[in-house]
Amino acid sequence: MGEIRLMKGNEALGEAAIRAGLQGYFGYPITPQSEVMEYLAQQEPHHNYVFLQAESEVAAVNMMYGAGGAGARVLTTTSSPGFSLMQEGISYIACAEIPCLFCNVVRGGPGLGTIQPSQSDYFQSTKGGGHGDYHTIVLAPNSVQEMVDFVYLGFNLADKYRTPVTILSDGAIGQMMEKVELPDPVEYKPDKPWATTGKTKDRERNILTSLYIQSEDMEKKNQKLQKKYEKIKQNEIRFDEYKTEDAEIIIVSFGLSSRVSRKSVDIGRAQGMKIGLFRPQTVWPFPYEKLREYADKDRVKFFISIEMNAGQMVEDVKLAVCGKKPVHFYGRMGGIVPDSYEVIEQIKKIKE
Amino acid sequence: MKKGYKLIYKRPQTLTKTRINYCPGCFHSTMHKLLMEVVEEMGIQEKTVGVCPVGCSVFAYNYMNVDMQEAAHGRAAAVATGIKRMLPDRYVFSYQGDGDLAAIGTAETLHACNRGENFTFVFINNGIYGMTGGQMAPTTLEGQKTTTSPYGRDPEKIGLPLKMAEIVSQFERVAYVERVSCNTPANTRKAKKALRNAFEYQGKKLGTTFIEVASNCPSGWKMTPEQSLKWLEERVFPYYPLKVFKKPDKKEV
Ligand SMILES: Cc1ncc(C[n+]2csc(CCOP(=O)(O)OP(=O)(O)O)c2C)c(N)n1
Ligand code: SF4
Ligand SMILES: [Mg+2]
Repeated sequence: MGEIRLMKGNEALGEAAIRAGLQGYFGYPITPQSEVMEYLAQQEPHHNYVFLQAESEVAAVNMMYGAGGAGARVLTTTSSPGFSLMQEGISYIACAEIPCLFCNVVRGGPGLGTIQPSQSDYFQSTKGGGHGDYHTIVLAPNSVQEMVDFVYLGFNLADKYRTPVTILSDGAIGQMMEKVELPDPVEYKPDKPWATTGKTKDRERNILTSLYIQSEDMEKKNQKLQKKYEKIKQNEIRFDEYKTEDAEIIIVSFGLSSRVSRKSVDIGRAQGMKIGLFRPQTVWPFPYEKLREYADKDRVKFFISIEMNAGQMVEDVKLAVCGKKPVHFYGRMGGIVPDSYEVIEQIKKIKE
Repeated sequence: MKKGYKLIYKRPQTLTKTRINYCPGCFHSTMHKLLMEVVEEMGIQEKTVGVCPVGCSVFAYNYMNVDMQEAAHGRAAAVATGIKRMLPDRYVFSYQGDGDLAAIGTAETLHACNRGENFTFVFINNGIYGMTGGQMAPTTLEGQKTTTSPYGRDPEKIGLPLKMAEIVSQFERVAYVERVSCNTPANTRKAKKALRNAFEYQGKKLGTTFIEVASNCPSGWKMTPEQSLKWLEERVFPYYPLKVFKKPDKKEV
């Protein structure tokens, strides 16, 4: 068993990164993410990683490219406006196939928005964000513990598939304190024969690029990426369920709003409604198949997607349900967290 | 080799056999060769990692037989920072054009210099955006015509050309700044020496090293290679003088 501590989400993420063998951190301050940076800056002398405050998120993401390309285990963290600035770089990283871990501690947008928690970067994270046909694996934690677990998982998936991985957190998960179990530190021994570490005599030079000027080559590169994404879809879908075995109403919810929804399940059941919660932990790849199975069950009457945005994941829920059952949505925006009773009121309205 | 002959010149094996497809007379070719000769002569091929930009030299990795990363437009200094911070004992260089280093990537350039990142900038200042077809660059000379300054660069509207070597030599942690050219054999030799100095200082971890090349772009300038040499002498060097702006103290080297 690992060490038990009471920690803030952002600090727990930083500590987990250190224990998972972090070698390079590059970031730029932004609320509500800055505690990660501050924690890693403070811990730097006691460990063997490089902490560098970049001049912007644009610089940070490109330092990630360079350092990740040199074979290192690298992390950056930011919040929504900063994540927007990183998108060009992430597109390059996806195409050059460099393992990198990102964490977006989401705040309400658009624009400068608010520093309160939000889930309004779901589209940006799961549907691309930058230009071109690419995906990053997107992990959506709903607790401080998952902030920790997903760092380990994220680093490993990044290496396994040579791909950028995003932890899609939010201002509340980042800021709140909970009990966490910290896994034992791992000694990270990268096995990256493709990394640009200097061309030794026994190998050809290594080149990391996203440029394929001939259309045929660019198509081939795309096909290679798509094949990889298919493999990820087959192997890496993760979700969590609560009282779905007999549920007639299924709430679909991720991250912070799934905590609200979980309580709604209990409140609803106490009032005689058979509600269950389906929580995607990977929002890309999205667990379409599993949700479709529920859509096929006679007992399931409808789905409702609870989000802290104007209705983003609900589009994936609709894709999964494929018109077989009604799919509803309820959400709050601008940094407001919906209340569990509000959710129940919505469900009652739908039932009438 | 035939008896009685002496080998006095050959392609360094740090250059690949790929045919270089820069325009005839373009200094990019010469600078590639000089840079790779230095890497070979110093015996550091195994320890060298390069970063190429977006610009005409985007394909530098096809020609340079060293590990390389291709950066997004303007971000080479950040990429090189990432590499060097992870691999402090390698020789790292970024090879960038003027649009890349001094327009879209100015912030990355200045901050890398200010931090004294211990890598070498090879800055090809040809006063124009070569790759995209000859648009105005931050370094286009006053009055110089380009496709986006068809009546000549107007400083009232767009300011004067940026002097990057002069600017970066102001930073405390920048160790070595020299502006060179390769318009004549003598200048070409000096350019090579400057690259060699830069790599040696980098090896000694003295700070940022910055070699600006007053370069040409016959195609973008709409000139023959010969005319471009004349333009360099008459117009470019008076504004962009070839000189050492900063070098490490004797006792450091
Ligand atoms: C973000 C972005 N903006 C614009 C471009 C288009 N672009 C490609 S190269 C270039 C200019 C290159 O000029 P310079 O850096 O001077 O290099 P040169 O070709 O002259 O060697 C531009 C604007 C791009 N690739 N990416
Ligand atoms: S366009 Fe200009 S810079 Fe580019 S290869 Fe041709 S001459 Fe050189
Ligand atoms: Mg140029």
